[in-house]
Amino acid sequence: MTDAQRFRELFYQALRIRLVEERIIALYPSDVIQSPVHLSIGQEAVAVGACQELEKTDLIFCTYRSHAFYLAKGGNLKEMFAELYGKVTGCARGKAGSMHLTAPEVGLMGSSAVVASTIPHAVGAALAAKHLGKDQVVMAVFGDGATEEGVYHESLNFAVLHRLPVLFLCENNGLAVHSSQSARQRYAILEHARSYGLSAQHIADGYDLENVADTISGLVRRVRQIREPVFVEIRTYRYKEHVGPGEDFHCGYRQREEWWSWKQRDPLEQHPDLRDMMQPSIIKEIDEAVEFARASPFPPEEELLRDVV
Amino acid sequence: MNLSYREALNQAMREEMQRDDRVFLIGEEVGYYQGAFKVSKGFVEEFGTERVRDTPITEAGFTGLAIGAAMTGLRPIVELMTFNFGILALDQIVNNAAKIRYMSGGQISVPMVIRGPGSAAHQLAAQHSQSLEAWFCHVPGLKVIAPATPHDAKGLLKTAIRDDNPVIFIEAQLLYGTKGEVQEGEYTIPIGKAEIKREGQDVTIAAYSKMLLLALETAADLEQDGIDAEVVDLRTLKPLDVDTLVQSVKKTGRLVIVEEGWRFAGLGAQIAESVYSTAFDALDGPIVRVTGEDVPMPYARPLEDLAIPDRARIIQAVKQVL
Repeated sequence: MTDAQRFRELFYQALRIRLVEERIIALYPSDVIQSPVHLSIGQEAVAVGACQELEKTDLIFCTYRSHAFYLAKGGNLKEMFAELYGKVTGCARGKAGSMHLTAPEVGLMGSSAVVASTIPHAVGAALAAKHLGKDQVVMAVFGDGATEEGVYHESLNFAVLHRLPVLFLCENNGLAVHSSQSARQRYAILEHARSYGLSAQHIADGYDLENVADTISGLVRRVRQIREPVFVEIRTYRYKEHVGPGEDFHCGYRQREEWWSWKQRDPLEQHPDLRDMMQPSIIKEIDEAVEFARASPFPPEEELLRDVV
Repeated sequence: MNLSYREALNQAMREEMQRDDRVFLIGEEVGYYQGAFKVSKGFVEEFGTERVRDTPITEAGFTGLAIGAAMTGLRPIVELMTFNFGILALDQIVNNAAKIRYMSGGQISVPMVIRGPGSAAHQLAAQHSQSLEAWFCHVPGLKVIAPATPHDAKGLLKTAIRDDNPVIFIEAQLLYGTKGEVQEGEYTIPIGKAEIKREGQDVTIAAYSKMLLLALETAADLEQDGIDAEVVDLRTLKPLDVDTLVQSVKKTGRLVIVEEGWRFAGLGAQIAESVYSTAFDALDGPIVRVTGEDVPMPYARPLEDLAIPDRARIIQAVKQVL
């Protein structure tokens, strides 16, 4: 694949995620989607870059902001929309909604609404991979806010102590709910991670599609080879409110200028020609997925008590 | 063979770890120290440190880690030094272990056992003397077991390890040294089956774990007074074996429930409701509960004794229903 082809492939995947979430925004006022939605608009390059080198058998553990990772890892779009609609054809039979997307067939093992709570799961999956002799790479995806939680610390320590093949991926958008990072943290995430003896890398520009993909792919290959944990922090930015389809600049914890400075460099806005060329087929795919969700039935009554224990 | 409760648990885990490579033990000092109560005696020598994992002091972390391992092909046994420290792992147990199967639409299961001692021992004060089983029973997605005898402990732990869902397995510090007959050879006991430990005609006493032993002692006392008590060992608290309890109540017409946990919103309230709603007509009088007091456990012995059910209170309750 030439560099140009590779860029187009990354661009396509990022655009597809953007357009899916823009459709969610468009649908939201109609109330067909009742689930709280935590949108990744502005952060697509991270999810796309993170998944380039991952095989379907490699595992990722995500957060409530996981539409992008679900799609980048290869999750089925129709089943995602059906899940958002609460339909039985959804990826979790309509029991998860937006915050608990799961697609084990492509290695997305779950998404939790409790900050940081899937990080130890990733470490446990890496322990299982080691025990079962698999060459899997496991990726723990979390935000800058998660680094404040106790289990984050507990998980990093254990993974290093027992040399487990985990890539800790900190998607740092500088915001946690409605607080800026400077209002929450007196430590530097990268230095803190390094203090565990972790090899840790920083990607300052999370909007550089190729560099994000190249760097994380290199780290995935490294974890696969050395079978030890590695850490990466990617600086990125979310455009929308913490939860919901709107903006939240009126909340006072961030400035519109901040968003504007990122938007100037947004890769999806830099190439209108590519966007125009790719958009029709993606829109068609989204139309079909939305129609699939709309036409699907809600879960029948017998689903209520199914899969409890 | 005659074994202690501790030895029975040890045998159960040992046999399951021999049978299935995917089973491993993880917790604080379960390896070289052999567990706070020596339940994993000899395990490091037999299975190695990869399958008998000492952890840092991270209840949420290692419980979460075990969940991740369970989701991806292993069958962890998590040892909590005591269930009091399990409170630190509640997010992992309640928000994750119990829900992942349901939230994933049945695609991912979490086969794991979380075990360790609950309830009061002697004068360990408020943070080491709690019976939290009602908390776990309240959560859909968890099974809860609290065996009283070495035989039941072994058979139920083996079944719990083979279960494809998270099982909360509550032992008791004061039970570890108790002895009893344990069946020779391979056996398991099904989850969700109570057992009548003493047959009687006049009153049913339902209990579990440490309180089961107290109920049996009390039944012997009652016999001196000419009262023939039947003692039902619930063994599994969730799913509760209402049928066995109801059959007993249909025979005796009276029910006393003994639990060490706090009274308000305690497990006995649910057990009573389950019996009332299915066998009200079989009752000759109201169900009476003997429970722990609604108080943080005090240290001083006379106060601690007052906070925990004893024979006198069970006898009083039985005489109240007769």
